[in-house]
Amino acid sequence: MAVVTTNAGDTKTALKRGHIALALVGVAILMTIARYTGLLPEALHRLPEWLIPNFAYALDAVFEFVKTDLGLLAFTRFLTGGLETVLDASANIFFGKRRWPNVGPIPWTSLAAVAAVLGYYLGGWRLATLAGGTFIWTAMIGQWEIAMQTTSVLVVAAPLAFIIGLALGIAAWKYAWVDRAIKPILSVLQTLPFFTYLLPAVIFFKVGPTAGAVATTIYAIPPMILMTTLGLKKVSPEVVEAGKMSGCTRWQMLRHVYVPAARTEILVGVNQVIMLSLAMVVLTAFIGMPGLGAKLLAMMGSFKLGRSFEIGVTIVLLAVTLDRLSKAWVVKQPEHFEKGTPWWRRHLTALVAFGLFVGFMLLAQIWPILAEVGRKQNFSQGKEIDNLIKGFLNIEVVKATTGFLRAFLNVQVLIPFRNFMLSIPTPALILLVTAFALALAGRKQAIYAAIFFSLVALSGWWDRAVITLYSVISAVVLAAIISLPLGIIAARSEKWSKRVLLACDTAQTFPSFIYLIPAIMLFGITDIAVIFSILIFTMVPLTRYTIEGLRTVPPEMTEAADMSGATRMQKLWNVQLPLALPTMAVGFNQAIMFAFFMVIIAAFIGTQDLGQELQRTLAGTDMGKNFVLGICVSLMALTFDLTILKWASDKKKALGLD
Amino acid sequence: MLSQAPVISCKNAWKIFGSDPKRYLRDLDQSKSFDEMRADGYIAGVRDVSIDVHKGEMLVIMGLSGSGKSTLVRCFSRLHDITGGTIEVDGQDIMALPEKDLIELRRSKMGMVFQSFGLLPHRTVLENVAFPLEMRGQDKHTRRARALEVVKLVGLEGREDYFPRELSGGQQQRVGIARSLAIEPDIWFLDEPFSALDPLIRKEMQDEFLRLQQMLNKTIVFITHDFDEALRLADRIAIMKDGAVEQCDTPDQIVLHPATEYVRKFTEDIDKAHVVHAGGLADSAATGEGTPVDAAQTVQGMARMLVNDSREMIPVTKDGVSVGALRRVDALDILLGDG
Repeated sequence: MAVVTTNAGDTKTALKRGHIALALVGVAILMTIARYTGLLPEALHRLPEWLIPNFAYALDAVFEFVKTDLGLLAFTRFLTGGLETVLDASANIFFGKRRWPNVGPIPWTSLAAVAAVLGYYLGGWRLATLAGGTFIWTAMIGQWEIAMQTTSVLVVAAPLAFIIGLALGIAAWKYAWVDRAIKPILSVLQTLPFFTYLLPAVIFFKVGPTAGAVATTIYAIPPMILMTTLGLKKVSPEVVEAGKMSGCTRWQMLRHVYVPAARTEILVGVNQVIMLSLAMVVLTAFIGMPGLGAKLLAMMGSFKLGRSFEIGVTIVLLAVTLDRLSKAWVVKQPEHFEKGTPWWRRHLTALVAFGLFVGFMLLAQIWPILAEVGRKQNFSQGKEIDNLIKGFLNIEVVKATTGFLRAFLNVQVLIPFRNFMLSIPTPALILLVTAFALALAGRKQAIYAAIFFSLVALSGWWDRAVITLYSVISAVVLAAIISLPLGIIAARSEKWSKRVLLACDTAQTFPSFIYLIPAIMLFGITDIAVIFSILIFTMVPLTRYTIEGLRTVPPEMTEAADMSGATRMQKLWNVQLPLALPTMAVGFNQAIMFAFFMVIIAAFIGTQDLGQELQRTLAGTDMGKNFVLGICVSLMALTFDLTILKWASDKKKALGLD
Repeated sequence: MLSQAPVISCKNAWKIFGSDPKRYLRDLDQSKSFDEMRADGYIAGVRDVSIDVHKGEMLVIMGLSGSGKSTLVRCFSRLHDITGGTIEVDGQDIMALPEKDLIELRRSKMGMVFQSFGLLPHRTVLENVAFPLEMRGQDKHTRRARALEVVKLVGLEGREDYFPRELSGGQQQRVGIARSLAIEPDIWFLDEPFSALDPLIRKEMQDEFLRLQQMLNKTIVFITHDFDEALRLADRIAIMKDGAVEQCDTPDQIVLHPATEYVRKFTEDIDKAHVVHAGGLADSAATGEGTPVDAAQTVQGMARMLVNDSREMIPVTKDGVSVGALRRVDALDILLGDG
């Protein structure tokens, strides 16, 4: 009985919330109409200049104070020294930079052989082929050196992120106050555009690999913290008690019981650290870090599509290899050997890897081709692929299609929509967003939405923020129009669900930068290319969560629908979609987060939004402005994040799906 | 046996879960029922339990899930801190022990077996068994030798290098048992050790357990929700409900004289003739004539004799010494039902 009454109460407050939200929307519409009829005073349309506080200036002062007066710069420069030594060493080992310990570069054949053995150990022949093949491809296509430049930073940044993440994760699990302190920082970090990581890294840690490594590390830490805490919390209480009853001290508990028992989650964290590190290390091209990203940036900038394509393939192969290897490590369980197994049999894999490594080192002394594939020896087909792609794009039909799409979307859809968004008075748009949060999530989220968007308005970058929002919304809507039917159709059969999910999984491991390549190929350097790159990037989570939502509808419910004589369509609309909706909402949320991320990268193509300004700040030392811009993006993203996730979890609870 | 000081002595122990249990207990009207306390936002895991466990005795704590039996045993080993009362182990108040001494106590005197085994998934059988030894800093050689010994004792020879996931449930629990025995504990806690196993394996493990106990003769606190298991194993049974002990007595007495309605319900479907022993029926003041029966004999075991005999009183002896006599009618009533 008690439950029923509270439910009724909930419905009532929900209704009331709905009314208030409607009222807010009403006010917003009235304001917009007033604006169109010219009745709205200018001050209510856009915040007058004199009202906008100079956040950037204030922030600059704070930074200046922290940097010099508190001696942070001296401290970070001191850290830089240590980090630089490590990076130089790994640079020497991987691509022969003339630094201590002066042993490198390792011949590509040696690395490929070790990768293949590792692949075999973790996942059999298929992984061996993938891992070895990736390295052979990289060498053959003539990208070995730039790939190793990227790798040399990756092998420093990823372990660093792992160690820091693990330590912070343990601290957050152990001490509630650390957890409380870290949580909000993590959610801001996860929505902060990466350009905002880059500039402070440059200022505090020098341009080049050091700043790149620092930015990469910081970017990759959050998921490691989350996975560590999650894993430690999940350790079964009996295992913990068994540890205690065995007389473990606190340190022994952590070292011998908790961490090993949380192995799976920690390794999933490692996988995420590696993937995020790769994604970020490619992006550090924007602050002049050499490597695959920088080359790709240069090639795309000069519209060399063939070479861009080849580098894209290398990055994708590298991403898939690293992802599959680390995932195989997650499920790999220790093997036991029968008693009396000789030493060399127990360590066979390591021995073979070591033997091949040394063997190829020696062989490379005799045949230099095994050490390095020279400039004229590689199989790069950049020009040919270039001509092929350009030829393809010049075929009448293709040209007509892309041209039509471009014109249609631009003239009929995107530009009108953008102009409409820009024409909404600032307070009206804030009211709309607040109403959205109130209707979906509740009062708390609505207050956050109002504060966050007001702050964006106060930042003085309102128009650019609106353009950012417009790109995000239009790309996600277009992506949904394609993805939802795709997901629904795929979810109808087990086989196709699996295939599409695998494709989504793989696509999700690609560094975001890659998604620019097809966009530029098809649409050149245009606005449509920006939308298109966001669109394909966001299709991945949308499709994926649609399938997962539909597939996880409890079978007894679909069976009940079948037995009630529902047609397929009735079943879909009345049973499957309503129950899948919370999961699909999580997908939408992720799509929006991805879109905010991508729209900033797309600044490279040329946009008029916050990302463009952000990218410009990278050239200077304008840290205050950089932060204001970054925080604006973060605040907008957080508004959606808070609202949609709250709605999804409420809905899940209401449907009893938890 | 009873003359010695108890190994575990638990007096008026309380364990309350909630936001501020200490204060709640201090102001508590102790006649409050479990449900009334729950309405206040507090759960009485253990309420006012006083129980002694003697050396070499097997005390079985029986209760349904949520009755507080697992909580109570965790209070004995201070995996839970009690809210009120005292628990002494070997005369030491364990609540007063600093962390270091508590760890030492567990390292030297206590072993525990868990319902879902609680094995460390990343360690082999041998490494799991040697774990408590490793924790107390024993060197690799001696701990390996000892672990091999215990692994052999529980019949897992040849599986030393397996990982827990490669073993069946029964085998995993053998590892759990071996681990709890590795340090040669004086006190052995078993928390529903056989509940997660199939009925057939469970029977086999109970037999195995009895065999081990006969060899080792430890002081045992055994938790179960299975009344048959309790009757089969126990020297004494403590039946718990809502955190409190309803009755604590020998199996014979519980079956013959259930103290509360709740206990009686458990005994209803039990074939008493299999449970009640001659010793349990013997009246020490009475005497009888003729051939005596042994105190350890069940009524079922004496069935033929009881039916054919004509004596009114039958003498009962334990280890050859007379402990009184039983009324044949009483025994027949149990055998044939009161009707």
